[in-house]
Order: sequence, then C-alpha cells, then structure tokens
Amino acid sequence: MCGIAGLIHRNGSGNIGQEMTQMLQSLKHRGPDSTGYAINGTPGRNEHIMRFKVAEQEDMAKSFDIIDEVKRRRAKVEERLATLGVQIIDKEDVTEYAFRYRIQYDGDMKKLADYVEDVEGTEILSMGNALELIKDLGDAARVAEQYDLRKFKGTHGIGHTRMATESDVDIRSAHPYWAYPYNDIAVVHNGQLTNYWMMRREFERRGHRFMSNCDSELLAVYTAYNLEHGATLEDSLRQSIQDIDGVFTYLVSTKDSLGMAKDTMAAKPMVLYESDDLVALASEEVAIRSVIPHEIDTWDPYDEEVRVWRA
Amino acid sequence: MAGLTTTKQAHVSHDMGMHTEALRGKTQQRFFDVTEEAGGYSYPDALDVDFNKRAELDCEKLDSKQINAQLRDLMKRGYGTIVLQNPGSKHSLAVGILNRLNLYIEGSCGYFAVGLLDGPNVKIKGRVGWACGENMLSGTILIEKNAGSQFGAALRGGDIVCKGSVGSRTGIDQKGGNIIVGGDTGSFSGFMMQRGRMVICGNAGKNLGDSMYDGTIYLGGEARSLGVDAVPGEMTDLDREWLTRKLKLYGLYPAQGLGHFKKIVAGKQLWNYDNLEPGEKKLVL
Repeated sequence: MCGIAGLIHRNGSGNIGQEMTQMLQSLKHRGPDSTGYAINGTPGRNEHIMRFKVAEQEDMAKSFDIIDEVKRRRAKVEERLATLGVQIIDKEDVTEYAFRYRIQYDGDMKKLADYVEDVEGTEILSMGNALELIKDLGDAARVAEQYDLRKFKGTHGIGHTRMATESDVDIRSAHPYWAYPYNDIAVVHNGQLTNYWMMRREFERRGHRFMSNCDSELLAVYTAYNLEHGATLEDSLRQSIQDIDGVFTYLVSTKDSLGMAKDTMAAKPMVLYESDDLVALASEEVAIRSVIPHEIDTWDPYDEEVRVWRA
Repeated sequence: MAGLTTTKQAHVSHDMGMHTEALRGKTQQRFFDVTEEAGGYSYPDALDVDFNKRAELDCEKLDSKQINAQLRDLMKRGYGTIVLQNPGSKHSLAVGILNRLNLYIEGSCGYFAVGLLDGPNVKIKGRVGWACGENMLSGTILIEKNAGSQFGAALRGGDIVCKGSVGSRTGIDQKGGNIIVGGDTGSFSGFMMQRGRMVICGNAGKNLGDSMYDGTIYLGGEARSLGVDAVPGEMTDLDREWLTRKLKLYGLYPAQGLGHFKKIVAGKQLWNYDNLEPGEKKLVL
C-alpha cells in the first residue's frame, strides 16, 4: 500500500524533521517495513552533504566479521574520496553502517558516485547542498530516533512509509530515492509501475545505474535523466504521465521545490492542503492533521494533475 | 422493458432512464423505506432511539474502534441525536449503523466514513476521505466541504450529498439512491452505474458514466469526455421537477436555474446478456 507525504514552508524554514516524523508516523498503518525521509536543510556554502551506507541493517547481525568489514569498506570509501580530491570537512557516524560526511568537491558528481559505489556494499543515499536522505527499517518514530531527526530544521521534505510488495525489506529498496547523480533531488512513490523492466533496460543502456529492484527507483532515474536534458521539474512530471505505465502518485523534492504528479487513473490517493505559508500533501488527511490539528480545507488532486511549489 | 408491467410508474421510471432491466429468475430486489408512515425500521434488531435524547462524544483521544463502540453504546441507551466532536480525519467513523439516528460530525473524516448505513441522517461539517457512504441502503449524508474518491461507491439507496468537489470514480457501481455533488467530480464518475441518479453541478473528469448499465446522470458543467456507452439523454419535465426539488432541499439550486443541465444515460449497446438465468437457460435447452 505505502504512504507518502510532503511538506513545504513557503516563508522560511520550520521544524521539518519533527513535522515529517509526525506525518509519517500517522501513516505507519500504510506500511511498517521501512521509513524514509528526504529533507532539505539550510544550504551550506560551497559544500555538499553525502549520506552513504556500507552495509544493510540486517547484515550487522549476520556475521562476526561484519564490524571489521564495515571499517574496511569505509576506509576504502575515504581512500577513493581522497583520490578524487574530495576534502572531508566533518564526519558523523549516524549508525554502525550509515554515515554523513560534509565534503568540498568541485568535480564530476557522477564520477564520484560511481567510484564510491564501486566499493562493496556501498550506496550513496544522497548528495546535495541541502538535501539529506535518511532511510532505514522500521517506523518513523524509530528512524527519527535512530538518526536524531526531530531537531532538523529546513524548508521542505518528502517521506515514505513502505509496505514491501515488489522487492525486499531492506534499505536498498526503501524510499526516497536519490536522483543519481544529481544534487538535491529525491523521489517518493506510491503505486506500481508496470513498464518498469522495459524502461529500466532502456535507461541502463544509456548508462544509468539502478541500486535496487524496486520499481519506484525508476522515477528517480527518469527524473534525473529529464533534468539532465534540460527539462524543468514540471515538464518532467507532466511527461511522466505519458511515459510511465501503471498506477502512481509521486513526489519530487529539489533544492528549492516540491513537485507532485498523479497518474491518468488517479488510482492512488493524495490529499492536499495549501495555504500562503505551508503546503502539505499526504496519502491520507490524518497525516496532514498531525501537523495542523485544527479543521482545514483539503482536497484530492485529480488524475493527471501536476503541481510544483517553491520554498 | 420486458418483464415490467405497463403501469404509470413503470413508464415514468423508463422515461427517466431507470428500472429498465428485466427482473427475472432469481433476481431479488428489496426497496427500503424509512419514512414514518412505513414504520421505519428495516431490521428486527434495529435500535429504538429517541431523537430528543442528545449526546456529545469527544473523539480527540479515541481511536476509530472506540468511537464506533461508544456510538453503538449510546444508541443502545436510546440516544437518537449524537454529535461527534473532534473527529480528526480518523478512518471508518460511524459505519454499519442500521437504525434511524441523527448524527452530526463536527469536523473532517478519513476513509470509509459512514459506510454501510441503513437509516441514519448524517451531517458532516468538514471533508471526507475515500469511499464515504459506501453501500448505503437508506438515509441521508450531507457533507459541507469536499470529498475524496469513490464517493458513494455502490450506493443502493438514500441521498449522499457533497456541497464541495469530490475525487475520482464517484458513485462507482451505483445501484440506487441519489448522489449529489455541488462542485466538480473526477474521472470515471458513474463507472458501471446500474441504477439511481447522480447530479454533478460543476464539471466532470474524463470518461463520465463509463460502461453504465442504467441510471441517470445530470451534469451542470462540462465533462472532459463521456465514457463508453454513456450517451446524452433528453431532459424531461419530470427530470427538471426532480432536480429542482432535490437541489432546493440541499441548498444547491443554481442561481441561473437548470437550463444548463444535461442528462446522460446508458446507450445500452454494451449489454450482451440474455434475459435468462442459468437455470432457466437449461430448461429451455
């Protein structure tokens, strides 16, 4: 089933970590397998935030050697960053297997991503000037606690609670997906894409990488491809309704925008609240009401509806 | 029209595009009537409530199961007018009520609100999520704001009214009763409609009335497209009288009158059934 949510403050930043946690926790019944956030904080000057993992959560309980293996993989990642001339400003051990590095790098982002992800078990979860992508197994309360997200300030964010149907219960298959190799772009999706394999093969022939077998990852790759070829976010969202088969409602966050698209059958739910200060979207109104407790006017966007809001 | 007697009522129904299917064999049809004159209660175990006994229930700290259990308990104790406060968009509120009741919900509801009703009169001050009023047999539901998709799905009787706009697939599989929308409705509204009437005061999305078997749709605005086998019908005086009465009843009668309303009915070109039940067919063969 899955639940998705998005929030954008239109006049400055807010308590986006706490707000997204409340929204996603109230959607727990739509999918308790994993929870993910893509939240946009305050952009740093001339620096990037790289969030990556070198193992799955479940790997940590499988082997006596995994701790040493994680250390070895992490050292290898740092060695490769150094080779590319990346300057690490600071490092944060968020969990035993997932890390947050502030880095300075002016080179080719695709080259960096490909080189780092070539290390066994390594996946860059997000890269950006403001974007921080966090995903792990369990509900929103657990993930927020684990990654200390409730204090996070920012302008906008999207999130996902997953009920695994098409692929495994692991971090690799959890949403959001970073739009590799583009800074600050992430996607969450509710639905099933029926031409996934066909389109995936097409994108793989063009050199794009897929880290999972989750159909939703296609939307991130698709968005990245369109933006690379000069499309605006709105263009890409609109074109996706023609190009992608299946049932879907999905959200995209960029450095300064939040976008939404709904398929031609309007088969997946979305409730929208829009005011001068705040826009909130979710699979169910109960998620919006978790951050706006008083009575509000909400509505369902219609089929083939595309919307983009700026922070 | 085979199988129906040629009474005045049958002609009237036929003129409005209703009740034109042949009723034969094992087909059963029950009409529920909860008017005072008819005695009211459709079920032998329906709760005997007193409309003058009023209770208020604060839902803020209760979950859906607790709210529904307390609602049932209040009805057992004879309360016939119940107000739900702070519903907080929770799901499946006030479902499966099979007796008369005046129910006021002072806020918004989530999915499957007031489904499976038979008899109550419900007023909702806020918005409702997907599948509000699903499978209602009789009663009225009046919503002040907007509604989600599958509004009045599989409705069998009664009136379900949304003063705002509603989502997609409004009245999917409608089998009776009346769905009235003050604003716009989304795509595939009236999909596989089999009986009853739907009024859309605003615009409709694509494929309005797709694969409808029977029933009537009245449209005040424009439809992006008509669905397969949905065709324009001719508005009669009877249609206008009925629309006037219903829209005035719910405060939705347009200032400019009804001149702009169009009627949409089933073309009945998709029907590929014969009139025989399987058992009957065996006898013939």
